[in-house]
Amino acid sequence: MSLGKDLKSSSRRGLLRAGAASLASAGGVAQAAGNAENQPPNLPEWSRSLGPGVIEETYGTRSRHETAVRRYVPWLTPDRVSSVSFTPLADMHGIITPSGLHFERHHGGVPDIDPSDYRMMIHGMVERPLIFTLEDLKRLPSVSRIHFIECPANGGMEWRGAQMSGVQFTHGMLSCSEWTGVPLKLLLAQTGLRAGASWLLAEASDAAHLARSIPLSKALDDAIIAFGQNGEAVRPQQGYPVRLVLPGYEGNMWIKWLRRIEIGDRPWFTRWETRTYTDLMPDGLARQFTFVNEVNSVITAPCPEKPLRGRPGFVEISGLAWSGAGRVTRVDVSVDGGDNWRTATLQDPVLPKALTRFRIPWEWAEGQTACLQSRAMDETGRVQPTITALRRARGVESIYHKNSIHTWLVDRDGTVVNVQIDA
Amino acid sequence: MFRLMLKVAGGAAAVMLVAGIVQAQQAPNSSAAISEIYRPFTAPPGDRTRADIAWPASAAALTAPIPGIGRAATNGEIAGWDIAVRGDGHNLPPGSGTAKEGEELYVTHCAACHGDFGEGLERWPALMGGRGSLRSDQPKRTIGSFWQHAPGVFDYIRRAMPYAAPQSLSNDEYYAITAYVLFLNELIGEDDKMDAASLPKIAMPNRDGFVLEGRPDTEDSACMSNCRQGRPVSVTMDSRRFVEPGSGSGTSQPE
Repeated sequence: MSLGKDLKSSSRRGLLRAGAASLASAGGVAQAAGNAENQPPNLPEWSRSLGPGVIEETYGTRSRHETAVRRYVPWLTPDRVSSVSFTPLADMHGIITPSGLHFERHHGGVPDIDPSDYRMMIHGMVERPLIFTLEDLKRLPSVSRIHFIECPANGGMEWRGAQMSGVQFTHGMLSCSEWTGVPLKLLLAQTGLRAGASWLLAEASDAAHLARSIPLSKALDDAIIAFGQNGEAVRPQQGYPVRLVLPGYEGNMWIKWLRRIEIGDRPWFTRWETRTYTDLMPDGLARQFTFVNEVNSVITAPCPEKPLRGRPGFVEISGLAWSGAGRVTRVDVSVDGGDNWRTATLQDPVLPKALTRFRIPWEWAEGQTACLQSRAMDETGRVQPTITALRRARGVESIYHKNSIHTWLVDRDGTVVNVQIDA
Repeated sequence: MFRLMLKVAGGAAAVMLVAGIVQAQQAPNSSAAISEIYRPFTAPPGDRTRADIAWPASAAALTAPIPGIGRAATNGEIAGWDIAVRGDGHNLPPGSGTAKEGEELYVTHCAACHGDFGEGLERWPALMGGRGSLRSDQPKRTIGSFWQHAPGVFDYIRRAMPYAAPQSLSNDEYYAITAYVLFLNELIGEDDKMDAASLPKIAMPNRDGFVLEGRPDTEDSACMSNCRQGRPVSVTMDSRRFVEPGSGSGTSQPE
């Protein structure tokens, strides 16, 4: 069994509950044999009595049988306060990430903010420096948009080679939500702008006071000051009560717990745009203000967490594609390490700067090895590069913005392995 | 930020057979639109990013404000929150400090994570060393080797440190700690007074080390069949060298 500790122990608990369940197959697959007494022709136990009524849970949670969780990687960061947790992408359906499984990345812990104390200030090169309450923001005309957010360090542990166990860790600093809030350009209309303005600083109110410089043109384009996430208030880990949404841009710039926007005439060169979130090249120079997360994709089924062991025959290969530059227009899939490609079906809706689900059928036979890859393209014509092409352009020390074609090796027994190949 | 476990790429671990002929497809794109996506701003002339001059203004057509939403911010309110110190030193506060004054503060508030000499304990960041390492395969991004501006060091220390009690010290104390970490990097003397006038004048070793966005920097090609031209696929790195396939790289347990 390659399932993680949590899944393994919970499925054992399930078996104990089931009592004298007969395990038909010893294929080592997580296909639950379950309790025969609850299966045809018997009437299952839940069909023979009443269940809990409405509002037994006033705020609903998922089934107790569902076990997908965020995980963190202990060796990655000095402590768990300034750290990252990863979305279990292998367990995600469609394109929306449940808010409770949205990846987390923060630098000073999650603040607990009373919305009645929330204030946001806009000042600097404006005509009218203003302070807004949360109610002020909710009174202004709003929009809802579905966008992915991705930490630019997603995949950054694998510039030199494959070393992570599964898709949760190779790509799980990635989530997609419907965000609701006020277009930032409406707030800037409230304050007005003075001549010469070209950049703004967005600043968080957490202990790190994370601050990033943002080009004014992006603020006036599609930036949102969001208070809603997937139909409810933005979660604390995602910036409650208010976060900045910068569609397509690296997640670090989507300032959470937003308290202040300062308008200026140049970038501020904060710690998060000099010491970190700059891309060091082999010549020793670091690229600065590298905002866009380029076109990218990964197969989420099968993957190391969802192997094919014991399941020969029909396989729907499925995965996620995304681009910070716009819509995904095409995803090709290879099962032979990039020698031959077939174009996958993109599932509607295909939205700009949002996760896009792709699917393509395949047959896997026991004993057959395969190298599965996906390659996405976007509406600007950008094509996801190979890891070799990316290393040729940037070396292996730039940490951020690794968007290379990813390879899963399907071994003879159906184990799926994170690998890199010579392409 | 992230320490890499891997430092050496391994050799081929598995080989599979493939065959074919290359057929390249060039996807369409417009370089003007692409450049706007990657660089949505106009930079001052030159090949390095600069904090010392204004960057050209952006066109901004705003709608009329909606009356009655938002209230005027007073100067006092703005002053209380406006902590941002720009790379060129803009908005550095009054006050001053020396490395000599900063040593004890550093030992009290910083050394538990960053070490007595800024060497960095466990996985906490080193603050010194690494000079000349940026082109190597083990680049060290410290204040002395990588940070661009000395006022940015002050800004970060005041905004986010001490780690568990940010903005809890006085501006004089923040100047003194900033002076001490610059002194650890042999950039100033122990009696040099750091303040709003002197800090922007410190010549940081890597001040010219930053350039603008260099992407797109990979080809847009999408071969469809026989792309490997008969070259067999070889696995250059297999994660099973480090970890079992599945969820083993991480944990959901608190510690």
